[in-house]
Amino acid sequence: MNPFLSAARAVAWRNLHNWFTNPAMVVPSLLFPLFFFTAFAGGLSRVDSVPGFDYQAGYTTFVYGFVLLQAATFGGIFTGFSVARDFESGFARRLMLGATNRGGIVAGYWLSALGRAMFTITVITIVALIAGLEVHGNGIDIVGLYTLALLMNAFAVLFGTGVAMRLRTMQAGPAIQMPAFLLLFLAPVWVPYQLLTGWVHAAASVNPVTLVLESGRGFLAGDPIKVLPAFAVVSLLVAVTILWARGGLRSAEKVA
Amino acid sequence: VSQVLLLAHRSIVRTLRQPAMVVPSIFFPLLLLSINSSGLDTATRLPGFPTDSYFQFALAIPFVQGALFSANSAGTNMANDIESGFLSRLSLTPLRRVALMMGQLTGILALGLIQALTFLTVGLVFGDGIAAGPGGAVVLVALSLVISLAFGCIGAFVALRSGNGESVQGVFPLFFAALFLSSMALPRNLIEQDWFRTVADWNPVSYMLEGIRSLVIVGWDAEALALGFACAGGIALIALVAASAALRTRMVRT
Repeated sequence: MNPFLSAARAVAWRNLHNWFTNPAMVVPSLLFPLFFFTAFAGGLSRVDSVPGFDYQAGYTTFVYGFVLLQAATFGGIFTGFSVARDFESGFARRLMLGATNRGGIVAGYWLSALGRAMFTITVITIVALIAGLEVHGNGIDIVGLYTLALLMNAFAVLFGTGVAMRLRTMQAGPAIQMPAFLLLFLAPVWVPYQLLTGWVHAAASVNPVTLVLESGRGFLAGDPIKVLPAFAVVSLLVAVTILWARGGLRSAEKVA
Repeated sequence: VSQVLLLAHRSIVRTLRQPAMVVPSIFFPLLLLSINSSGLDTATRLPGFPTDSYFQFALAIPFVQGALFSANSAGTNMANDIESGFLSRLSLTPLRRVALMMGQLTGILALGLIQALTFLTVGLVFGDGIAAGPGGAVVLVALSLVISLAFGCIGAFVALRSGNGESVQGVFPLFFAALFLSSMALPRNLIEQDWFRTVADWNPVSYMLEGIRSLVIVGWDAEALALGFACAGGIALIALVAASAALRTRMVRT
């Protein structure tokens, strides 16, 4: 088999196996998006009565748009933690000695993040459908929605991998998590962009995730908006983080 | 008393010497307060919303959220003592269990005090003040400390029962669930979903939040304060008794 594919498959399988067989990893990945979904869709649903709130598909769907993106992004971030753990335990160093094509290692982490995100998204979608999620979009809209989410997942895992491969310790956790957390929460999370106030409104106006989130919610409502800018911005993020992860790999190779 | 003081000193120094324990427990609640108050300010336009500033409404959240971090800190410290064998060595001394529990929890109260004073200062600087005045600020800090003690005792109980830090970390999301399924984001009478309102009605965290919130936006509300202190004090008492029982078992085992 191609050395790149061989390394990618081995790393992906190992990570997915470790993740699915360890409740301490699976449960938080599921619980946090579910907490957010439950707390916001249940506790804040009255917010859709605020004058100016004009999202036709309802507040549950509005919140789902965010939680979907959050689950996809954090699927990548938590995989970044796994990379850091592999370096701290010494496994990654042995892996780098064994792999003939080390780019396959990064691809393997990417595939495992994809698997984790798809599982989490499936569970959250089932819960959301039970809770009253209304999808007004057609098949193409749905493909667009989940493609955006998986591109965000790729961006997050590549960013996390780049950080983890440079720092090579579990203490890299906050450096991986905090930027993603800020990007997600400085977007229109609870109300549409035009209803944001104060400094979060200013931050959301320059936050690329705002475009992605608004586009995703547009797909859900069957009224696609800002599709090209959203895909352009998320593709750019993925492209930049590919270079970032490649730099991380080079940094790790120097000490391997 | 001397036993308590010695352990209390150790507990305070150990807690405050860990920036990884202190900084996130202050930084994250403030960050969320800042984001929430800006992101959800339009919720104040809902008819019946008790204030026209979401910042004032949300100011109660960091006090309770900080206390949740205290639970994690208390449990982790206790678990470290078990895992490192410190508790085993203590069991060979004539130290009383009560002294050990009180000493261990003093560090959490110190952290709780720093958190409460920080959040209060932020509230005074960026908000519209405390409606109940200076006396209300003192009561607010006192309630905040009782809440920290309540969650700290739960953390200590989990650590003593399980004997490891991973179990404490595993319980942490449940504390967050308790916060999320409360009247954290909207007053209970404005929660639209029946099931959520019922959960919030039965959730003691709602009353802790509302006790603090009453001082910030209403003034002196005896019922809200009584419920807040009763819920926090009740949980603290039950968890303290449970933790003491777990400590007795743990000391016998060692």
